[in-house]
Amino acid sequence: MLDANILKNEERAVFALRGLYRQYGYLPYKMSKFEDYEYYIRNKDFLVSDRIITFNDTNGRLLALKPDVTLSIVKNGEDILGCKQKVYYNENVYRVSENTRQFKELMQAGLECIGDIDLYDIFEVVSLAAQSLAQISEDFVLQISHLGILSAVLDRVCPDQGFQQKAIACVESKNAHDLARLCREWGVEENLLVRFISAYGQRDKVLAQLEDLGGGQDALQELKEISVLLDRMPWGDRVIFDFSVVNNMSYYNGIVFRGFLSGICEGVLAGGQYDKLMQKLDRRAGAIGFALYLDLLEQLPAQRNEYDVDVLLLYDANADKQAVTAAVAELIADGKTVSAQKSVPAKLRYRQLVQLSKEGVVC
Amino acid sequence: MLNVALPKGRLGEKVYDIFEAAGFECPSIRETNRKLVFENEQKQVRYFWVKPSDVAIYVERGAADIGVAGKDILLEYEPDVYELLDLNLGKCRMAVAAPADFRDDENRTLRVATKFVNIAADYYAKIGRQIDIIKLNGSIELAPILGLSDVIVDIVETGTTLKENNLSVVQTILPISARLISNKASFQFKGTQIEILLCQVRNQVEQHD
Repeated sequence: MLDANILKNEERAVFALRGLYRQYGYLPYKMSKFEDYEYYIRNKDFLVSDRIITFNDTNGRLLALKPDVTLSIVKNGEDILGCKQKVYYNENVYRVSENTRQFKELMQAGLECIGDIDLYDIFEVVSLAAQSLAQISEDFVLQISHLGILSAVLDRVCPDQGFQQKAIACVESKNAHDLARLCREWGVEENLLVRFISAYGQRDKVLAQLEDLGGGQDALQELKEISVLLDRMPWGDRVIFDFSVVNNMSYYNGIVFRGFLSGICEGVLAGGQYDKLMQKLDRRAGAIGFALYLDLLEQLPAQRNEYDVDVLLLYDANADKQAVTAAVAELIADGKTVSAQKSVPAKLRYRQLVQLSKEGVVC
Repeated sequence: MLNVALPKGRLGEKVYDIFEAAGFECPSIRETNRKLVFENEQKQVRYFWVKPSDVAIYVERGAADIGVAGKDILLEYEPDVYELLDLNLGKCRMAVAAPADFRDDENRTLRVATKFVNIAADYYAKIGRQIDIIKLNGSIELAPILGLSDVIVDIVETGTTLKENNLSVVQTILPISARLISNKASFQFKGTQIEILLCQVRNQVEQHD
């Protein structure tokens, strides 16, 4: 019987997440590691970084190692009224690390719901995002924002793009002091935005604060309905509203979200509704999805074994190999892990040493 | 326990005074020794001194839950953190300075010496001026004196160092002050404690102002 404890955090998560996504009818999606470089260049603003590993195919075509999964999934597919494509994936992507400035292979798991999506689908994806976090640790927080509300508040204060860009940067960092300064510089009403930036946390409290902000009524209604559905979930109180979650507004619209796990210093899950990306790709369908950054799970405490193996079985060169085979099999049958060696490896930590010579076993 | 990264030096000491007055004291921090970490179990707070330019890294990477960093550092390195409060301490400005007889010849690439490469590049990109950036780590004022650069982009507090080196401010880029920052994940899991501290520190800052 295999011991699940030998799996790393990210391996355990992949196993659990596959089961979860299958329960909701999401089908596995396997894609090529490569895409046409030109496809990414056309949509480079959607990518976290525009630095991509490229190489020439045998026919001279310029290819790229996939820096993103969503773009690959949404580029194909038919838009049929009433139909939805629900897929999940577990893929590696290749991006530049901000710290080392070198390319890094990152493991992602996630899902996409593409097609004629409605409020139920939005709730289902948000719920699966929360459940994905819960599968890894009960101590999680999922922040939800709605870009429709942010846009409405910004438009009400000042429709100028230059102002809005700077204001969004302040909203993202919960920077009320510079936001107030910015409003004063532009001669626009500051109270509304400062109140908006201060509205975060428990959902009912935030919804009450949003009532008198005005604008974005459809978006507010959507948030309310999602909140009512979330109320019924056992982990519902771990899902909060926070408008500092601002994904790229050229591609995302509607609900966007970000997930945190206690013990990991940054967001491990990010997603949202990206109908605008679909429109840029000439697709009529709507879409919502998320990705979970599995490599970050390394930061979670893992079970540390005091020993690498239970038994170091040392045998000499003259030992009968059948006896070695039998001794290894017997130890494994006893539920022990065993490393058969002719000398003691320098770094191997073992609980028990067993020597096997021509004369037999000596403990 | 709330981990707080304070910038080593005069600014850090002033910041600690405010935190202490706000009810988050840690008496051992006043002792003269070479310790870097100080804890008050009862107040559930742990302070540590770090190089001012490293505070944002400690906070972004979650080694500290909150910290105090200059706006110059936040703009230069753009750490992914929440910026919760302007402490109105360590006030100065980021400015372009040049020798007294400097005249900008717009037919030539402007040579700019600075520690703050991103801030300088961003400023000149916005005004559409082509520049060559010379990254230095200290004694920036020396660069125009020795002909290494035409101008410098640096922090100016009183302007005394500039004056003593026959330099003067030709353009202020932006005002700088110390900011209270928080790790985004810590804000989710230690939010209540951070909010209480934030509220009390804000009261202290308003009283000082």
